[in-house]
Amino acid sequence: MLAWLLAPALLWLLLLIVLPHIDLALLSLRERVAPRVYRPSLNQFRTFFVEPLYWQVFVRTAILSALATALTLLIAFPVAWVITKVASSRASALLLVLCLIPFWVSETVRALGWLILLRESGVLPALLVKLGITPVPVELLYHDATILIGLIYTSMLFMVVPLVSSLESLDNALIEAAYDLGASGFVILRRIVIPHAAPGITAGCIVVFMLTLGNYLTPTLLGGKNSQWFTELIYTQFIVRFNWEQGAAFGFLLLALSTAMVALGLRLSGQRFVDVMRRA
Amino acid sequence: MTTPDLAVEGLVKHFADHRAVEDLSFTVERGSFFSILGPSGCGKTTLLRMIAGFTVPDGGTIRIGGRSMHGVAPNRRPVNMVFQQLALFPMMSVGENIAFGLARRGVVKPERHRRVEAMLERVGLAGAARKRVDELSGGQRQRVAIARSLVLEPTLLLLDEPLGALDLKLREHMKIELKQLQAAFGTTFVYITHDQSEALVLSDHVAVMNHGRFEQLGTPQELYYRPATAFVAGFVGANNRIAGRVTAHDGELAELTTTDGWVVRARNSGGLSLGGAAAAFVRPEVASLERAADRLPSDHVQYAGKVQSLLFDGANSAVLLNEERSGFEFRVALPQTGRFADLKVGERVTFGFDPQRAICFNA
Repeated sequence: MLAWLLAPALLWLLLLIVLPHIDLALLSLRERVAPRVYRPSLNQFRTFFVEPLYWQVFVRTAILSALATALTLLIAFPVAWVITKVASSRASALLLVLCLIPFWVSETVRALGWLILLRESGVLPALLVKLGITPVPVELLYHDATILIGLIYTSMLFMVVPLVSSLESLDNALIEAAYDLGASGFVILRRIVIPHAAPGITAGCIVVFMLTLGNYLTPTLLGGKNSQWFTELIYTQFIVRFNWEQGAAFGFLLLALSTAMVALGLRLSGQRFVDVMRRA
Repeated sequence: MTTPDLAVEGLVKHFADHRAVEDLSFTVERGSFFSILGPSGCGKTTLLRMIAGFTVPDGGTIRIGGRSMHGVAPNRRPVNMVFQQLALFPMMSVGENIAFGLARRGVVKPERHRRVEAMLERVGLAGAARKRVDELSGGQRQRVAIARSLVLEPTLLLLDEPLGALDLKLREHMKIELKQLQAAFGTTFVYITHDQSEALVLSDHVAVMNHGRFEQLGTPQELYYRPATAFVAGFVGANNRIAGRVTAHDGELAELTTTDGWVVRARNSGGLSLGGAAAAFVRPEVASLERAADRLPSDHVQYAGKVQSLLFDGANSAVLLNEERSGFEFRVALPQTGRFADLKVGERVTFGFDPQRAICFNA
C-alpha cells in the first residue's frame, strides 16, 4: 500500500532528478575529440579552474547569493516579528497574504515590473528628476544592487514563512521573563529569540540561498550583460555553444557549491538538517 | 515604622469595554506573604502586571520600597516575577537560567557561579546546574523558577498562579514548600491565585478581588470567620448559601424565609431591610448533625432532613441533606470520629446550627 502511495513521488525523483543527473554526470566526464567521438576526461573541470572568467563568476555568484540571503534575513526578520508578535491575529493573516501576493504573478512579470520602475526612462528615475535629486534620468538597472533588490524581492516569502512558524512557537512569557530579569531588547534578541528561531532562520537561509544561487531570470533581466551570474554561463554552454559537456560540468560545480554552503551553514549554526527541514 | 515594600494608591486600569482595576489602594508589609484571591477575569493578573511593569496603569501610583515606579521599565524594577507557565528558558541549562539575571547586572562569572550554586543548594537542587530544563520534574522546575528570581534579591517577588499547572498531589506539596521558602528567604511575596485553599494556607494577608475591586482585605482567619461581603462568604471556603427574603431583623440577628418556606436565622451584617432579598451563609462545619433531635446543642435551631447523598472524603467528609419542609439542599460536615460512618441515603436525621455563626447579607 505504502509503495503505491509513494510511487508518484519516487517516479518523479527518479525520472526528473536521478536519471538526468546521472546523464549529466556522464556528460561532464567526457570530452569530444571529433564529431561523435568522445573519450573520458576531466578537461571540463580543468577549464573551469584555468579560465579566470569562469571561477570568478562562480565566486561572485556565491558571494552575491550569500549577501542576498543575509539581506533577506535582515529584512524578513522584522516582518516576521510584526506578523507573529505585534499585529492582531486578523492583521497578521492579512500581512502574510501581502507577502504572498507578488507570487500570484510569474517571476518574469515581476522582473519586468522592476524594469518599468528602474530603467532610465522608467518611473523612479523620472521621479528623482522631478524631485530635483538628479539633473537627468539615471539608469538604475544593470547594477549589482539592482540584482540584489530583485533577488531579495523574489526570496522574501521563503524567508518569512519559516521565520513566522518558528517565532509563532516562541512563548511571549519567555520574552517577558527575560525582560523582568533585567535583560535589554538586544540581549533578549540574542539570548532568547534567535536561539529559539535558529531552526527557522537556518531553514529560510538554506531555501533562499539555493533559490538565489540557481536563479537565472532575475539576474539576467535586472543585471543585463553585467550580471555575470553562474547560471548564465551554464545556459550559454548548453544553448548557445552546444557544449553540453562543459555545461554539465558547470552544473555539477554549482550543485557542489550549494551543498557545501548548506553544510557550512548547518555546521556554523549547530543545527541538524532533519530538524531544520521539519521547521521549513 | 518601616516603609511598606509595596504601596499602591488609587490604581486604575480600564480596557476598551471593561474596567480591569478600579481605584485600588493597599500596602504590603516587608517580609509578608500577600495573596490576591479572585475568580478569573477579576483583574488580578492586570494588577500583577502593573506592579511588574508590563502594563501601564491609567491612573494611581505604585511605590516599591518607597520608590515610585512611574515610568520605570520592568527590567529596571526591583521586582521579579514567577510566571504561570514558569517561562524557564529552554535554550539554557538550569544554571544558566538562574545566572541570567545576575549576568544582566554585570556580576562577574566566578561570582555568578558561586551564587547560582548557593541558590541551588538553598532550594534543594544542589548539583543540578548543568541539567537541561526539560530533564527536571514539575516541582523542580517550580523551584528553579523561584530561584531564578530570588537570586536577584528582589524587594518584591510576584507569583502568577505558579501552582496552576501542577497536579493536585504536587500542588499540595509545593504549597508547603513555597511557604517554607518564603519564610527562609524573608522576601515579600505577592501571590495571585483563584484557589482559595492556596491563599488561605500560604498567606499572612489575603485580598479577595472581584470586578476590579478588593471585596475584603484581611488575614485568612478574618476572611473565613468574618467575611465582609456575600462574595467573600461564597468564594472563600465552602458555604451553604440560603437565599430568601428578610422576614424579621434586629441589630443582631435576621430571619430569612426562602421561597419554599424554610425559615433560618443568621447574624445581621447590617443594611438589611424587611422584605428585601438577602442570603444567609452557613459553613458545613458550623452545622451539626444528630439522629435524635434532643442531642443537638440547645442553642441550635433544629431542622429535620433526609440524607440525599454521602460525600465521603476522609477528613473532609460531608453529607448532603434535603431539609424536610422545603427540600433545600444543605451540606453538613461529618465529624471525624466516624460516628456517622453507617449513615444511609434516605435516612431521616436532625440538623441545626448556631445563628451567631451564620451570617446574612443583602443579595
